[in-house]
Amino acid sequence: MFAFIVQRLFQAILVMLAVALVAFSLFQFVGDPINNMVGQDATEEQRDALRERLGLNDPVPIQFAKFVINTAQGEFGVSYRIGQSVDIILADRLPATLELVFVAAILALLFGVPMGVYSGLHRDSILSRLFQTISLIGISLPTFLIGILLILVFGVWLQALPTFGRRGLVDIGGWETGLLTIDGWRSLILPATTLALFQLTLIMRLIRAEMLEVLRTDYIKFARARGLKSRAINYGHALKNTLVPVITIMGLQIGSLLAFSIITETVFQWPGMGLLIIQAIQFVDIPVMSTYLVLIALFFVMINLLVDLLYFVVDPRLRGERGGAH
Amino acid sequence: MAVNAENLDQVAPGFGARVVDSVRRFFDGDVFYSFRRSPITIIAFVVTMVLFFASFLAPWIAPHNTNDVASLNLMDAELPPAWMEVYGVEGRADFLLGTDNQGRDVLSAIMFGMQISLLVGFASVLLALVFGTILGLISGYVGGRTDAIIMRIADVQLTFPAILIALMIDGIASAVIQGAHGAEVSFVVLILAIAASQWVNFARTVRGSTLVEKNKEYVQAAKVIGIHPIMIMVRHVLPNVTGPVLVIATLSLALAVLTEATLSFLGVGVPVTQPSLGTLIRIGNDFLFSGQWWMTIFPGAALVILVLAVNLLGDWLRDALNPKLR
Repeated sequence: MFAFIVQRLFQAILVMLAVALVAFSLFQFVGDPINNMVGQDATEEQRDALRERLGLNDPVPIQFAKFVINTAQGEFGVSYRIGQSVDIILADRLPATLELVFVAAILALLFGVPMGVYSGLHRDSILSRLFQTISLIGISLPTFLIGILLILVFGVWLQALPTFGRRGLVDIGGWETGLLTIDGWRSLILPATTLALFQLTLIMRLIRAEMLEVLRTDYIKFARARGLKSRAINYGHALKNTLVPVITIMGLQIGSLLAFSIITETVFQWPGMGLLIIQAIQFVDIPVMSTYLVLIALFFVMINLLVDLLYFVVDPRLRGERGGAH
Repeated sequence: MAVNAENLDQVAPGFGARVVDSVRRFFDGDVFYSFRRSPITIIAFVVTMVLFFASFLAPWIAPHNTNDVASLNLMDAELPPAWMEVYGVEGRADFLLGTDNQGRDVLSAIMFGMQISLLVGFASVLLALVFGTILGLISGYVGGRTDAIIMRIADVQLTFPAILIALMIDGIASAVIQGAHGAEVSFVVLILAIAASQWVNFARTVRGSTLVEKNKEYVQAAKVIGIHPIMIMVRHVLPNVTGPVLVIATLSLALAVLTEATLSFLGVGVPVTQPSLGTLIRIGNDFLFSGQWWMTIFPGAALVILVLAVNLLGDWLRDALNPKLR
């Protein structure tokens, strides 16, 4: 197990370095950072001085090493578009995205798991056919269209909910949360539903498929033969054994929630990191782009590491045998 | 695949006869049988074909040429669909689904837009198919270190959502080439970005099938008589992976169209001068609050119907080609 973790850690570091290299080359290939920082009427000497001060005359490998060290310390540079330090901008935007993703994940789990379990156990009932149909629509409807439809129905026609921005914020030790006020929840509900819907259908389909698979296995038949209560079989044996793939997918889904939050935030003008990156791409705001790249890679690598580790917790078969060999 | 087993020992007939024969065999075969038996699949096929024809014949059959700016008349702007009356403005029969803010016929815009969406979709799937298949074949057939490297990259890429990869590649590439921002360039970048986010699916499937085929006797025999590895891959292994590749290609087309629409909706996809379905939805989205929902909802519905139909076809194909499910 130890060797396995070390191998995974090594791989994670490799991925992070590769992403850092991409982020770093962005600075190298796109535009001249000096031009972005000084005014038009700066003299050539001023430019040279700035270039020297920023270390842009150093050899490229040294610059890259500096970049990695700075990034690791949370120094990401200054945004070309906003003119503020990127870490301040991010700290400002992060709560919005995290709250959105968090609430969406809870929503998806809260509805997806029971729906999946139900339609796995009663595969031919009318309700599970309804769930299947909904899930097909949910998978075919792109996130931005779900958002637009929700805005049209609840914002424009019913005029029941706010459709853009984030309101009702309360500052708790630097963390601006919208979860403490009714206004905050009202503005959160549409974006969170939009973001959750796709994940919900995914989770539901996955659990359903896994349940069907597990219910066919021999140990379930034996459990029935032993005369166990069907509740004990369904939840004690079947559901438990669906957990390994479900944990993997959910781990990865949290990552994709973060990715899809880009779309949701654009639709609802939700002031989070996703909206920030879209604006950064449109304005070619390299420091923000490269920071986002590094951060999101870090996030994904960590999630994957966690998922790998969770396997050992959930699946006792892995603990004994599986050494380093993969 | 299974259908022609009994014909193997016949003397090879002429080319024309072979074509006739294989067409006849297709209609007698299991695949066509399962097609006939599934009404949903038939509907999906008809819908897909209608949409394909409507979009690729758009220059000839669309009621208005939306690419011709001179034909637009602002007097026709913001008309509701033909059967409706919104804010005292009545729809007109020659603008069946209404018009946008510049007097473009929404129906024609959808037809032209879907053409762009499909072109981008087909191109990127084809690219992903070719590269993925080649890499998968090499990976499976050569094995060893080559295999390890290709599959490690695939693993890492799979941990990121495809949409995020496409967005990042597209965003970064557009940033790098910001100087030469021709329409063609952004199309190429978009197609490359979507293809890059999809090659993994092809590579993994082809590799899996290759691993199976590689150890079969006929491949061993071909090796023994000294046929070149590339020849073995192309002539013997490749035909055996066409089924799964076809399935993935179909499902990938739906995904590629969705990805393109999402990127265009976010404003980083196709250039505005050549609007795809996603662009239309984005433009229409600005008018949602003034009650002109048809500019968004109709292109959105067209997108969903297209994606749903192609997805259903892909699902059916997967089941039809899977001997286990027969």
